[in-house]
Amino acid sequence: METRKQIGKSPRRLDGPLKSAGKAKYSSDLNMKGMLYGVYLSSPHAHARVTSIDTSAAEKTTGVKAVHVIAPEGTEVYWQYKEIAAVAATSEEIARDAVRKIKVQYEQMPHLVKDADLNKAASRGKAAGEFVVGDIDKALQEAEVTVEGTYGIPMADHVCLEPHGCIVQWQGDTINAWPSTQFVSGWAGQLAPNLKVPAANIKVKMDFIGGGFGSKFAPGPWAEAAANLSKKADGAPVKLYLDRAMEMAVAGHRPSGYAKIKVGGKKDGTITAWQSDSWGSGGMNGGPQPPLPYVYGNNVPNQRRSHMGISTNMAGSQAWRAPNNQQAAYLTCSAFEDFAAKAGCDPMTVYQVNAGLGPRPELYRYQLEKAAELSEWKKLWKPRGQQTGNMRRGLGMGFNIWQGGGHNCTARLTIHPDGSVVLEMGTQDLGTGTRTIMTQVAAETLGLQMNQVKLVIGDNALPPGGASGGSTTVGGVSSATRKAAVNSLMKLFEAAAPALGAQPEELEAVDAHIRVKGNPNKSITWAAACKKIPPGDGKISETGANDQRNPMGLNSAGAAGIQVADVSVDMETGIVKMNRFVAVQDCGLIINPRLAESQVYGAIIMGISTALFEERIFDDETGRMLNADMEFYKLAGIRDIGDIVVHMDIRPENDKRGVIGLGEPPAVAICAAVGNAVANATGVRVPTMPMTAMNVLNALEGRKA
Amino acid sequence: MNSFEYANPTTVQEATALLSAKAGDADILAGGTDLISCMKDHLHTPKRVVNIKGIKELEGISKSDAGLRIGALVTMDELAKNADVQSIAKALSDAASGIPSPQIRHMGTVGGDLCQRPRCWYYRQGFGLFGMKDGKSLVTMGENQYHSIFGEGPAHFVSASSLGSALVALGAKIKLVSAKGPREVAASAFFVVPSSDSQREIALRPDEILTEITIPDGAVKSATYEVRQKEALDWPLASASVVLHMKGAAVASAKVVLGHVAPKPWDSADAAKALAGKSISADNAEAAGKAAVANAQPLSMNAYKVTLARVAVKRALLDAAKQKA
Repeated sequence: METRKQIGKSPRRLDGPLKSAGKAKYSSDLNMKGMLYGVYLSSPHAHARVTSIDTSAAEKTTGVKAVHVIAPEGTEVYWQYKEIAAVAATSEEIARDAVRKIKVQYEQMPHLVKDADLNKAASRGKAAGEFVVGDIDKALQEAEVTVEGTYGIPMADHVCLEPHGCIVQWQGDTINAWPSTQFVSGWAGQLAPNLKVPAANIKVKMDFIGGGFGSKFAPGPWAEAAANLSKKADGAPVKLYLDRAMEMAVAGHRPSGYAKIKVGGKKDGTITAWQSDSWGSGGMNGGPQPPLPYVYGNNVPNQRRSHMGISTNMAGSQAWRAPNNQQAAYLTCSAFEDFAAKAGCDPMTVYQVNAGLGPRPELYRYQLEKAAELSEWKKLWKPRGQQTGNMRRGLGMGFNIWQGGGHNCTARLTIHPDGSVVLEMGTQDLGTGTRTIMTQVAAETLGLQMNQVKLVIGDNALPPGGASGGSTTVGGVSSATRKAAVNSLMKLFEAAAPALGAQPEELEAVDAHIRVKGNPNKSITWAAACKKIPPGDGKISETGANDQRNPMGLNSAGAAGIQVADVSVDMETGIVKMNRFVAVQDCGLIINPRLAESQVYGAIIMGISTALFEERIFDDETGRMLNADMEFYKLAGIRDIGDIVVHMDIRPENDKRGVIGLGEPPAVAICAAVGNAVANATGVRVPTMPMTAMNVLNALEGRKA
Repeated sequence: MNSFEYANPTTVQEATALLSAKAGDADILAGGTDLISCMKDHLHTPKRVVNIKGIKELEGISKSDAGLRIGALVTMDELAKNADVQSIAKALSDAASGIPSPQIRHMGTVGGDLCQRPRCWYYRQGFGLFGMKDGKSLVTMGENQYHSIFGEGPAHFVSASSLGSALVALGAKIKLVSAKGPREVAASAFFVVPSSDSQREIALRPDEILTEITIPDGAVKSATYEVRQKEALDWPLASASVVLHMKGAAVASAKVVLGHVAPKPWDSADAAKALAGKSISADNAEAAGKAAVANAQPLSMNAYKVTLARVAVKRALLDAAKQKA
């Protein structure tokens, strides 16, 4: 660790100045010559059949260059804001006027948009079967403490500031595209079959993306629509981005998760029994099953679990920063906290006592201690019901687990005879710092400074990057970069070795010099070494690939974390204020501590917003989303967040595991911790997220939500 | 947004002429924080937009023996920071400073605050001011967590005005001018509960422009307390503006007006009565809060707002009592 010169340091994001000065061009910022503006007409109904569609008036509108019908007569549409048609025109205003001239008639059909009440939603449910371990009935009967509760976490949106969409230009058999995507290298391959254009003919470029959080892996229907509009408009580039309402309604969301849970165990906090009947919805495609009980899984000795996925009339969910895990953490940690309260235990004790049920118990035990210390748990935590006065402070906790690992990807590193270096990969930087850490790893390996390495990403003509999801990017790109740099360096050693009178394998690259290992006097500068590249070769250019099946010790998987929320609740108004949020997180070898901490800050801010405010609100009668905006889909502002304390667990035993991804794990347990802190403060379980004045007062005043 | 004709008058006279020529088809633009979104959503489809930002006589705050005169173009930021407003009408500066975004405080005007349309999501989605579909109220059947807890209906939206409750409590007068001449209405009469969804929720006629507000200087203690879910960019869930005429330590007379709980600022005579002759103690403030919501009729989801309104009254009273009259 101590010999590292770039890795483990905290340079600022390479793209920070560009972004903060407004000079970074996101795909949706691009304007090109002859570009047309695409606008959608979408369904006002949650479930209907298109009985007629007449686009003639739109087509005759001056400035309209293409009209593309997506849902022709007879099409059944299953959610509000479903795309019906799209128009491309010379200005956005003309396109917006034109879509209003398209006359569509619908035959309305029954819909379901509410999923919290299982009695009403079960008719659209699909049971996932029952899972049993041990003897649950006996275990609950013999348990010294049992507790029962119903908990829920509603659907939440990604709220990407840059909406979903792209600019597409389709000319002849070639397509140029500038999407907003988490998968530059895979975008063309996914789109090609739908357009019947060879993927080889689809060129994709993206410099910056304004948020994805798991919702931007696929090109989406918008890419197809933009391509069709472009083709109809004689190959003019068409910019088609969702407006805010469509972005909120159809671009993806986190599925809901509800459960009736029974936990049984001993008075010392040992958990022996778990019973859960869970349900949830992600949209028309039903609802995925959260992994219950979280972290401990099948190791709780007696269990019975069932799950029902509910199909609702809304567009499908998309991965939302640790899919299924927030739901699982909220449901599990809420039930555990209630169990601890009934058993008369400190919840920290419950997690200590049961750590053996999960993987790496020593790691969790260490992190529990650390989180307790940083949150002043021993001083501030009081058992439920012991707080007095109107403003009541409470502490609550949650835990996380995540795989991470490194995705498959390939880097190419080129060394020119003038000493300049280019590192290339068709990956993308989601704002997480991918550019910065790739450059750090290359500079470290080559013995150079970061400004001596030029980085090129965001183009599908480059060696393939993986999809940036599952917290697999950092492990993948850093390992591939390391290998490409090592491979190129070996070629440079071969070229420079004769000048140093040594064998290539005896050389090392340190401080912009190539030198004989252990003999700093036998050394030439980086520039001099590069001049030795044989003129006939032109340059050195080697690739390096990360292989998931064999990461060669460069990266691994499996991250853990403990989080503590510290809140104050105004008992008269039910308003919850964050005092502090403590996150203890491990993620293996950390390339850039500043960026790693920043990932955790971002996750916590996003999570607190969901815990306090966020939910998609649908109207039962009309099937419409009522808050497809940023007014009543409430998002936290900076004053709502409170203090954030991040502790990266970088002990040597974690460092030696190699690089592990971090984007998702710190986002998992925030609703869990905040909900538990509110229960601790008020003495009452507020069963359903978010912790709004309405939900908190309904619980305090004994009203059913 | 439809195409429209854009006019830039520099006097009230020019503005009223431009309005009366297109009465019913013209909208007034000041800060634009509400009108632009109404136009984008096709809730308002004016053929003519009359920009009044160039009319100097609508600017400024001045103090005289009669009280305060506040021009319609005064921004929320100016209002919140004005020392005379803070001392004579603290309830009003509280309300202005509570508007939780610097951008809106700097763009939004006093006139615009009073004339903005309700935020009811059924209204904003095109189901009319009452949120009706097939003769049924979507509001009472549906998602009414942010709707009214007072009134008989069919209007269940809440007045979006942040200043309305404070102005009613302070006994403000609002000047409205048309080509035919000026008229003055009490703030309490400016806000109306429409009985049909073709009516407006304010007394402003289509050919009129709101020019100024006057607030009497009555040496009162006052305050506004808002309960808001978020610290920034959010509407209050409930608010209360209180004005106290004191006689020694006792309340000679009081005004208690609730905000964001009814289609108009909700003047609670019961709360005022509960305070008469009393000092502002925690118990008396609590009792006034209870009196203020005694006749509340919450909808299916918003019983919590009854609690919030009660607490807002109590906290506004305790805050006002601290003010030096």
